[in-house]
Amino acid sequence: MKLHKKDNFSRRNFLKTSVLASGGMLIGFNFLTACKPEAKMPVTIDNLNFNDFNAYIKISEEGYVTIFSPNPEIGQGVKTAMPMIIAEELDVAWKNVTVAQADLDTKNFKRQVAGGSQSIRSSWSVLRETGATAKQMLMQAAANKWQVDKSTLKVANGIITNNNGETLGYGDVVKEAALLEVPEKVTLKALKDFTIIGKDALNVDLHKIITGQSLYGLDYKAEGMVYATVLRPPAFGQELVSFDATEAKKINGVLEVVTIGKKVRKFKNSGEKNWSFSLSSSDKVVVVAKNTWAAIKGKKAIKAKWKTITALESTEQHNIVLNAILNDKKGKVRREDGNVKKAFANADKVIEKTYSAPFLPHNCMEPMNFYANITKEKVHLVGPIQTPEAAANIVGKMFGFTQDKIHLEMTRMGGGFGRRLYGDFVFEVAEIANKIQKPVKLIATREDDMTTGIYRPSTKYKITAALKDGEISGYQLKEAAINGNMYGSIAHFFPAGCIPNYKVESGNYKSNITTGAWRAPYTNFLAFAEQTFFDELATELKIDPIQLRLDLLENLDPKKDKRIQYSGKRTKDVIELVREKGNWGNVPVGVYQGFATYYSHNTHVAEIADIEIKNGLPVIKKITVAVDCGIVVNPTGAKNQIEGGVLDGIGHAMYANFSLKDGKPEYKNFDTYRLIRMNETPIVEVHFVENNLKPTGLGEPGLPPAGGAVANAINAALGKRLYNQPFIKDLQKQTILG
Amino acid sequence: MPNYTLNVNGQQRQVTADEDTPLLWVLRDELDLVGTKFGCGIAQCGACTVHIDGVAMRSCQMQVSILDGTKITTIEGLSVDGKHPVQEAWKTIDVPQCGYCQAGQIMTASAFLAENKNPTEKEIRNAMHGNICRCASYNRIEKAVKLAAKNL
Repeated sequence: MKLHKKDNFSRRNFLKTSVLASGGMLIGFNFLTACKPEAKMPVTIDNLNFNDFNAYIKISEEGYVTIFSPNPEIGQGVKTAMPMIIAEELDVAWKNVTVAQADLDTKNFKRQVAGGSQSIRSSWSVLRETGATAKQMLMQAAANKWQVDKSTLKVANGIITNNNGETLGYGDVVKEAALLEVPEKVTLKALKDFTIIGKDALNVDLHKIITGQSLYGLDYKAEGMVYATVLRPPAFGQELVSFDATEAKKINGVLEVVTIGKKVRKFKNSGEKNWSFSLSSSDKVVVVAKNTWAAIKGKKAIKAKWKTITALESTEQHNIVLNAILNDKKGKVRREDGNVKKAFANADKVIEKTYSAPFLPHNCMEPMNFYANITKEKVHLVGPIQTPEAAANIVGKMFGFTQDKIHLEMTRMGGGFGRRLYGDFVFEVAEIANKIQKPVKLIATREDDMTTGIYRPSTKYKITAALKDGEISGYQLKEAAINGNMYGSIAHFFPAGCIPNYKVESGNYKSNITTGAWRAPYTNFLAFAEQTFFDELATELKIDPIQLRLDLLENLDPKKDKRIQYSGKRTKDVIELVREKGNWGNVPVGVYQGFATYYSHNTHVAEIADIEIKNGLPVIKKITVAVDCGIVVNPTGAKNQIEGGVLDGIGHAMYANFSLKDGKPEYKNFDTYRLIRMNETPIVEVHFVENNLKPTGLGEPGLPPAGGAVANAINAALGKRLYNQPFIKDLQKQTILG
Repeated sequence: MPNYTLNVNGQQRQVTADEDTPLLWVLRDELDLVGTKFGCGIAQCGACTVHIDGVAMRSCQMQVSILDGTKITTIEGLSVDGKHPVQEAWKTIDVPQCGYCQAGQIMTASAFLAENKNPTEKEIRNAMHGNICRCASYNRIEKAVKLAAKNL
């Protein structure tokens, strides 16, 4: 396979081998350096302590292979899939491979783990090259031993065989292999020779998960550790004035009550805007206790006074300002083709629809938590974070430590969904640890998480189409979002390039409600709006909704426009596949179908929803999904990701309501905030387009089309168009009114 | 603070805790049994499910002071080395994604199957409806419960 040009750089820059003191061979490689060829190694390559590598393969003299997986695991399966790619090229049997989270050497505080959100897509070539390099060195060592040419040797499952039928295991030659020069050129396997990639592999942490072993941040304990809860302002726009901790201090187990905020404010004012927006400037009251329950009770017993410093905003007011942006204000033009004004002036008919969605909290099942211990000499941080490098960096700046004094350990995460990209809780716990000079774990309650979140922005869209002679001659989309949502490349998604007169613009309202990335950021609601709008246009044009998309795609010429993000061919491929597998238009009486397709995060997806109606409400029976993510590394993991994304999309589109009144969130826990559960779950049937293209991500792309497919099926059944999420509000209204 | 003797996973365990302390935090903080998870604190998500005398209960709502004389089983004590048929089924089907809710799911499923050896699909879905999985591994949970019922 020919490597992508940008990956074609010296292997010596990111790969180093060494003989282990205990015997065996260690191969270190650096993900970040490897993924970004322009990046320089932080230390000289001759340094053999491996401190600056963030991923390793260890081959013992017994021939056992341990692959240290570099990336944080949040349930997206990379801890299984990434090592599979290495094992494939290394040519070892998957069952003989042990996978461990690339951990830090707790005795040596020199190393800082990097990783972050490098996906399968960006690491595919690096992982393959690393495995292939190791294999080639092992083969070379065997060739030297036998004094034959390396090309005469064969390898399978970690055993090297020569022409005489003699064999050497990898373990027999590791010592010699580790001393060889890292080769500049390696041959990668032909895709047809893959024996691990493309075969189902079980989650590598499966046994630990099902037996309840300590894995997550919340499970972490250290000698002398105390527990802390944090009382934050109850409303966005408020700050702490004073508090009375008398009652809290009477609670058994409460050790002390302190305030934090100073360090965060100082950092926030230092100008690092990209990270500090998620931090409240207010002082916060911290209850430190011997155990979690005392910390939770202590927080409830604090009597605090708050003052309002900026506007206390409400959902009602947000609706007004977002509508004003849609209807009365000029937005930032993201793309404009042809002459939109003229197209609308000459239209036979104009269709205009407005779509609306609330804020969404992430609701990771594992509430936010983090451990910190700060002494004069060093900082120790442990917990679930999607961006460990940035978190360690900021803590260093806040407390005056150089990075070599900061030791951050990542734990498995009970969900991320974007929430753990933001390190606010790491900075809070660091400030607590610094203040009390004890090892401490911050624990958020569900109410803390839901009411002081970093929400998916509440967003509205107005989409307008000009119809002329049975065609869509003009298309305008305008976004209005709290704090903004859309970014550059979104305007070049479908239908960009398919409609001659086309315009996308966006506007935002700056609010003191904290917003940020939420699974499938930017498009998780946009896809619903557009895909239901096209369904409505198909009805208007009296054409099959799938055919409408296929006809539009005929107009696309990506050679003429380099900005286009999606592939017309791959979009057609998923549409055709789902049409066939989902039995489009060929279902029993009483079953109604809806279709949607969307490209996001470099993956193309199409979905068909089958629903029935019971007591006037839709029952979603089945979602058929077609996915083009290139080569599928781990089919079972891939299916799980798509299935989860689809159900997440349906659950939030159907049920998830969230609102604020006077700066306070009106939903606080799962008694009122509704997530999808077992009884609402349809069958999800996932089909992959088979091709030999480089793999792309799967954690997010299944989600965006799901709400649209369901809404379109509901319209097919009830003749009722849905414009607002969650659907359940409008559906119940309709049912009650008959 | 009062002392309590709890029968956890077949062992008598001594704990000192305030009487209103939920079993969840006694297990996690005092007894180092961290398999039982905190999700919502109000019995709505099921992540903290344990067996009290064989019945699936939400440990976030069970005060330590009312557990005298009961037998408490947590995920750590459900079987030796994960060999309970429900755990085996969870492995075969590869149920977990992030995995955080799965101990609670397994405890709910195992108590349910102890009562109902031959459940219908509808009974399984009703029984598991109280446990939230944020990754939405629900279809695999359903399959695993079906498989476990067969192998029990």
